[in-house]
Parts: sequence; C-alpha cells; structure tokens
Amino acid sequence: MKIAVCVNHVPDTEAKVRISSDGKTIDKAGINFILNPYDEIAVEQGLQLKEKFGGEVIVVSLGGDSNKETLRKALAMGADKAVLLKDDSIRDSFAVAAALADALKEINPDVILLGKQSIDYDNSQMVGLVGELLNLPSVSVVVKLEIQDNKIICEREIEGGHEKVESQLPIVLSVQKGLCEPRYPSLKGIMAAKSKPIEEKQIPAVNSKVETISLRMPQSKAAGKIVGTDSTAVKELVRLLHEEAKVI
Amino acid sequence: MNSTEQTIPTFEMTENQRMVQQLARDFGEKEIKPVIMKYDESQEFPFDIVRKMSELGFLGVIFPEEYGGAGFSYLEYVTIIEEISKADPSMGLVIAAHNSLCTNHIYTFGNEQQKKKYLPDLTTGKKIGAWALTEPSSGSDAGSMKTTAMRNGNSYILNGSKNFITHGSVGKVTVVLAITDKSKGKKGISAFIVENDTPGFIVSKKENKLGMRSSDTAAIAFDNCAIPIENLIGEEGKGFHQALTILDGGRISIAANALGIAQGAFEASLKYSKERQQFGKPISEFQAIQWKLSEMVTQIEAARLLTYKAAYLKNKGEEVIKESSMAKYYASEVAVMVTNEAIQIHGGYGFIKDYPVEKFYRDVKLVTIGEGTSEIQKLVISRELLK
Repeated sequence: MKIAVCVNHVPDTEAKVRISSDGKTIDKAGINFILNPYDEIAVEQGLQLKEKFGGEVIVVSLGGDSNKETLRKALAMGADKAVLLKDDSIRDSFAVAAALADALKEINPDVILLGKQSIDYDNSQMVGLVGELLNLPSVSVVVKLEIQDNKIICEREIEGGHEKVESQLPIVLSVQKGLCEPRYPSLKGIMAAKSKPIEEKQIPAVNSKVETISLRMPQSKAAGKIVGTDSTAVKELVRLLHEEAKVI
Repeated sequence: MNSTEQTIPTFEMTENQRMVQQLARDFGEKEIKPVIMKYDESQEFPFDIVRKMSELGFLGVIFPEEYGGAGFSYLEYVTIIEEISKADPSMGLVIAAHNSLCTNHIYTFGNEQQKKKYLPDLTTGKKIGAWALTEPSSGSDAGSMKTTAMRNGNSYILNGSKNFITHGSVGKVTVVLAITDKSKGKKGISAFIVENDTPGFIVSKKENKLGMRSSDTAAIAFDNCAIPIENLIGEEGKGFHQALTILDGGRISIAANALGIAQGAFEASLKYSKERQQFGKPISEFQAIQWKLSEMVTQIEAARLLTYKAAYLKNKGEEVIKESSMAKYYASEVAVMVTNEAIQIHGGYGFIKDYPVEKFYRDVKLVTIGEGTSEIQKLVISRELLK
C-alpha cells in the first residue's frame, strides 16, 4: 500500500505569537516550530497501515528549508521518504492544495492522510480541496478506520455523534485526535532519518484566491466579576448568567 | 590542553540535538511528570518508565549501533539527561548511571567477547547496569577498599561489601571494583563484570533517601561469590585507573543531571512568579523576585556552557579530567542555589508537594555528593592545575 501523508510545519502550541511589522504575517523570530499535532496523528496512522499492509509511507510538506526539520521528525517516526515542495511565499489554502495535489498525483498513493487542521491558520480546508483537485473521495475528521481490499470504512466525528461512511481507495482522509496515539521517534529512528531521502521540488506559483488583509491579536479577556460571597448572591448570579451571559 | 588555551564549542544546537531534546521533553511531560510523585512517595523503582525509556534508546545513547546503542555523541547525551531531569531528576540519574558507569566501563575497557556478551542487553535496557566502587569505609579514598577478588582455578572469589550503589537492587549486571593484590594498594585493584544472579551476590539493603527516591540505591555484599576469570575487565591491577577514567565521563552526566534540576526549578519559578499576585500585582513585578530570576538564569547558562564544553571535548576524544570536574562542581552547586531560591520564590507553596520545586529541593543535594563531592571536584581541579 502506498501511503502519502501531508505534514505542516507550525508554531509550537506554547509559542507566543506576535504579528510582523507588515501586519499580515506572524513574526517567526524566536518561535519553535513543530510537526502539526494533527498531522502527527496522520503520520502514525500511515505507519500503522504500512505495518498492517506493507508498502511505504511518503511524507510531503510545502514550505521553506526549515520544514525539513518537520519532515525529518516524520522520517524519524518511521516514514520512508519525504518530499519538500519548496516555496517560501504566502499561499492561501487553495494555492497550497494545488501544489500538494500536483505532487500527490505524481506519487499516486492509495491513501492520502492529513491532519484535520493545521494549528496555525486553522482553515481545515485541505482534505476537501485536495480531494476535489485529485477527483478523489475525501472524508474529514476521521476517528476510526478499517480497510479491507479496496474498501474503506471510516467513522468521522460530527456534532453530537459519529457518522460511519464507506468508500473506495484511493481516498483522501483528514484525521482527528483519538484515531491513534502518535509514537515517539526513537533515538534509532532519529539516527536512521538522517540517511533517508528528502526530495526537494521547485513548484510553480499559483495565485491565491484569498488574500490576508490584516492580522490582529485577540482582545485580552475581561476580568471576572464577583457577584457576592454568600447565598444572597445566587439570585443575581442566575439573572446575570441568564440575561447577560445568556448561558442558561 | 593547557589552561590558557581556549576551546569554544559551537553555541548552536545541531538538528540532532533539537530532535532528541524535543523527544526527551515530550517524553518527560507525558510519561514521567504525571506519575512520578507516586514513585517518589513509595520509593519504588519505576520499571514501567525505564522500560519505555529503553525502547526509545535512552539506555544506550552513547554506544555504537553494532552493540545495540543509538550511536549519539555526548552532546545529545547531555541534552537528553537535562530534559529528562527536568521531569524527574531520578530518571536522569538512571540514564546517567546506566550509560556512563556500568555500560561505559565494559564498552571502554572490556574485550570484544565481553562487549558482545553484555553490551546489547545493557544498551537496550533489557538489563539494568550498576557500578560498584564505594564501600562503607571507602568513598573518595578508594585505596582503602576492602572487597577482595581472589583467584581460584578458573574463578575469582569475591568477598566484601559495597554501598550507595545506584541500581544495586534492580541491576542485572554490575561492574565491581575489588582488590586482587593487597600489597599493591591502588595498583592491586581490578574490575570485574558480575551477573547479579550469581550465587553469593547479596542485595543487603535498599536505602531510604532524602531525594532521588525513584532511583534505586542499595548496599550489596559478596559472600564467596565465584565469577569466571573471563569476567575480569582488562588486566589485573588496572581497575582503579579504569574507574578514574570512567568517572571523568560520568561527571559530565551528573553535571547534565544538575542542569536539568536547575532548569526545571527555574522554569517552575518563572511561571509561578507571573501567576502569583501580591499587593495587587504579579510578584514577578517586584525587583526582589526579578533579581533572583536573573541570577538563577545567568548561573544556569554558565553551568550549561561548562557542561557542553566538557561534552564537546569528550567527543573529540580529549582528556576531560579538569573540564568534567569544573562542570560537575559548578552545575551541581548552581542547582542547589537555584532550587533554594525556587522555594523562596514560591514561599509556602514551595514547601508543599503540589508544586514541583519541593521535590527538586530534595533531589538536588545528591548532585553535589554523588560521583565525588564538590570538595573532591575542587581537589581534582587543583591537582590538574598544579601538576
């Protein structure tokens, strides 16, 4: 089975994000970048499929040289080879998907896995866009999957429950937490990753369909309000929760 | 290297170091921190955590792949010990003692047959290794050792006792230093590989300790413990010299252990100082706290540079007697100072077990004592200066 996993290089969840002077991008200085946690689950799922069905896992990432570190982590976890689509420019989701789809067409995998979203821009669009551009079925937010011959059965998370769907390979899947627990890259894996190939590809520019106009930081949370300290406050608290906060 | 010559390692972490750092940090956060207080309270050895660390290769960091190791250098080794020690100093000590003492002694001085027989099980953590030098009446004065190993046909018969042995009760293989010729003093000491299930190998007492409680420390004894002659490491009479060389490398790992403790206590203090409000503002806005934080972080950085420099020289195959002593001495004293100030910043909350600094404060004292006290480090440094 040929498995491709698309991985993104994103700021660490603990990173303190600042906006650059252009007002449109984030300032990357001093920020630790990591393999997108949802993509890490996708890598793990890819490795588990390989362990079950044989074949190979190819990881694909779009970005600059620094993305190699993220690719190297996926290789250290056990992926076989990596492809870096070299492009430092700002792309919207469509332009990213177009580049990924081109590369994936060439790889021609049976299963394409990616995280349900990247924790940087949180667009959650890649699964649908890549599926459409490749003219393949796509299933998002997968929490369980089973493959038999050419048939795949997935459970996906929907509001208030799970939906079970069936489709055929090849397919594009976006994965959600709970599908599997990513393994740690062992020291041996890290050592082995150094000799695994990272193929660098120059890619054509694609016009973005969406342009970022500006970024702003969220407003800091307003301080909490103490209504009172004894039982007489309950009535007022209930009124505020009902009328102002509108949560009950 | 003469003392005026300067050797400055590169200040940038390699990609390898960043990767192992991230790995050890994730592992510490997810697999160690949530459960470690339980082991600290009960003083049980966390076999489960150690097994997982073995699977990742942490028990064979610095040994070649042909012997089952990960094949990394001292730089990655120091990085791993620092990160794991931030989560739990005892687990950092497990890695340090297992790699630097027992396993490294067999790797550095063992013959090919011994390496093939023992290293794969040690580097993969199938067997935990111990190293037995200290005795009830001989600590830094190893020359006053009493344990004997008398040749008898194809065996050496060991008699005597050792104490404060890391992994004394959980180890499966122990490198033991013993006297083969009393008349020769230090030159009559030899090193042996002893399998702990050999008849006559006795675990006499697991110690109840102030800190480092999930690391195993025990007294062991030999009662006519017969081991085959092929378990002699190197030649008879070379044991003491071998032990000193092993300790030169070992001190780098204890410096890394100290560094992790200091960094862990500092990070906890920095976080707490921003959260704790007094007089209407976070205590980090008071100069008294700011100065403490500045002193802590500066001294930690200095300790880190000394430690990485010693690791860098060790990688180059240079003698690190003075450099490893300086790193161990300074990093461990800094760690004691930092954990002390960490409790001070936390106030009463630092004195209770709900915050990590309480355990760091108990664990840290070991690093100014184990593998040579600070006073012994100063002795070693001055001997190198004045020789």
